[in-house]
Amino acid sequence: MIPISWILFLSLSLFFIGIFGVLARRNLLFVLISLELMLNAVVILFIGASRYHAPSIANSDGQIMYLLVLTLAASEIAVGLSLVIHMYRQHHHLDLDKLNKLRD
Amino acid sequence: MIYSNLLAFIPLLPLLSAIALLFLNLSRFWISALAVGSISSVAMISFFLNYHFWQQTDFVLIANLGNWINIKQLNISFGLYLDSLSLVMITIISGVGALIHLYSTGFMVEDKSFKRYFTYLNLFVSAMLFLVLADNLLLLYLGWEGVGLCSYLLIGFWYQDKNNNLAANKAFLMTRIGDTAMAIGLFLLFTHLGTLNIQAIQVQAHTVWSLSDNTVASICCLLLLGGAVGKSAQFPLQNWLPDAMAGPTPVSALIHAATMVTAGIYLIARNSQLFQLAPDVLYIVALIGTFTLLLGASAAMVQSDLKRILAYSTISQLGYMFLALGVGAGASAVFHLMTHAFFKALLFLSAGALIYSLHHEHNIFKMGGLFKKLPLVAVSFAIGCAALASLPFTSGFFSKELILAQVVASNHNELWWAAVLGAFITAFYSARLFFVVFLGKTQLSPDKTPTKAMSIALVILCLFSFVGGIQPDGLIALMPPLNADELSVLQHWLPIILPFIALSFAWWMFKTERFGKTQYTALKGIHQLLKSGWAFDHMYHIIFIKPFKFICQLNKHDVIDLFYRIIEKASCGFHKLFSKFQNGKLRNYNASLVIFCILAFAWFIGGELIT
Repeated sequence: MIPISWILFLSLSLFFIGIFGVLARRNLLFVLISLELMLNAVVILFIGASRYHAPSIANSDGQIMYLLVLTLAASEIAVGLSLVIHMYRQHHHLDLDKLNKLRD
Repeated sequence: MIYSNLLAFIPLLPLLSAIALLFLNLSRFWISALAVGSISSVAMISFFLNYHFWQQTDFVLIANLGNWINIKQLNISFGLYLDSLSLVMITIISGVGALIHLYSTGFMVEDKSFKRYFTYLNLFVSAMLFLVLADNLLLLYLGWEGVGLCSYLLIGFWYQDKNNNLAANKAFLMTRIGDTAMAIGLFLLFTHLGTLNIQAIQVQAHTVWSLSDNTVASICCLLLLGGAVGKSAQFPLQNWLPDAMAGPTPVSALIHAATMVTAGIYLIARNSQLFQLAPDVLYIVALIGTFTLLLGASAAMVQSDLKRILAYSTISQLGYMFLALGVGAGASAVFHLMTHAFFKALLFLSAGALIYSLHHEHNIFKMGGLFKKLPLVAVSFAIGCAALASLPFTSGFFSKELILAQVVASNHNELWWAAVLGAFITAFYSARLFFVVFLGKTQLSPDKTPTKAMSIALVILCLFSFVGGIQPDGLIALMPPLNADELSVLQHWLPIILPFIALSFAWWMFKTERFGKTQYTALKGIHQLLKSGWAFDHMYHIIFIKPFKFICQLNKHDVIDLFYRIIEKASCGFHKLFSKFQNGKLRNYNASLVIFCILAFAWFIGGELIT
């Protein structure tokens, strides 16, 4: 049995790595990848928490949650990547700092 | 009952005809027929009423045309009230009005805006009749503003010329000053007496106020006087009238000599019982009248424009009426109003005939020797001048003598001397006017003679100017004259002899060809001063217009608006500040999102820990 604190630590580290990626990277593609990382951090927390609250193997709430989030992430990345491809075709780069035309 | 119906017709007929002229598209003949016909029928009705009420002195005829305002205390109706004072007024208005309408059909025959002219003229007569027949002050005020509007429209009738528009604006604005005072007076009267009915005011005033406690009454009277001063072109609002001569000459005759300018006299005469409560105000009225009559007469002495001479003489004659009102002789004021309406209309109409025949020439020094060329005009002008100079047995003689006698009876000797001096100057300038225009060398020769319609009007007015010197009995009953002591020999004969002296003096001046020239430089200055009407235009320009312009200049950037502009600047600044946040940079948005999330958690957890 892995202690819950380790799982919390893993989840938090993944989450902050994700945040750092979102804030620091300028390439849109890497921002999306960092977002996936953050989602996965949350899902690990779900699974760990479900194991912690009900140690029996029959409790699979966390895994169900994981499936939902997986679906969400898949559809999100599908839309996101298609937008990224479009953007690349129009602007020939994916630099977030230069993609600010929606300002006005 | 039938008389009440007739009374209701009097102001309505010209109004209906004005409306009909406004909307119908008629030929010139039918326009003149409608316009002249409506006023003539009103004249017929008023002559009939005169005939019927000739013997009676204290009759009252009332008609009601409907309700106007009905709110709790404030009951205003379109009520008409006819007594001997308003009977005299409607007779003058409709009689002179009908003659001038008739005359205008000849005078305006070549004008393009024939229909517009008669619409305005009919509307004016209707408003004037409402003014004199109104039984409450608000309806009177409606008529008062109506005649002001028509006066404005008719002064600026030839609107293509900018000067005419300026003259119209001047007349309108200057009378507006007086009208505002009068409106405030009406409010004050209503708050203190609770009614605007003229007869009720006369009665109420004597119960609410008394001679010893008359501050409010004096203020009310002063405010009403303000209105009268503006409308009747008295000092200090007199200088719109000479400029008002920019309109067509029949308009000057009807509005700016015979009827509208006498509205002020009518207003004070109508409220004579109210004014009796304020003897100080009455004295002011007399002083204003005396000053104005001297001012007008002296200015008329040096003018060279035919119509301006007549305009200044109108101002001066109105001054006589104010003087009479001021000494408490309302009846003689209204009597002089009547004779003045006749002879001044006659003078203006013959001046109009002259101008018509001489290609719109106004300068009297370019005329001369017209006696043989235009005999009818010359004779009517002579009669008019004689009445103006109050030569014995003309209508002006009777009324002016009466005023002078009443001034003596009121023990104002200084005013009497001033009035007599005014009479001397009046006779002098009327003689000068006649001599310069009709005698001497021929300079311009007329190429048109007055039309038949014009001649008829002139002849009838000649007749009235001669025999109009009969004071209506009803007036004396309504406004009892002062009991005159025996006049001294001097007081009796001086006013009769003076015009003849003035006449011979003028004749001597004319024979030695001294008119139109001044030799001495000192006299030149005075001449210039008098010619500009004692430089009142200039004075008002310095006192009012220049400071106003200066203040406008100072306030070019709208001082008061600065406060609002600060608010505007502040919101603009905040807008700029906050719009910095919306920069389209996704990473900044993310950063702020994270920062605020962390802050929110910190705050939440911190709160949990403390509790």
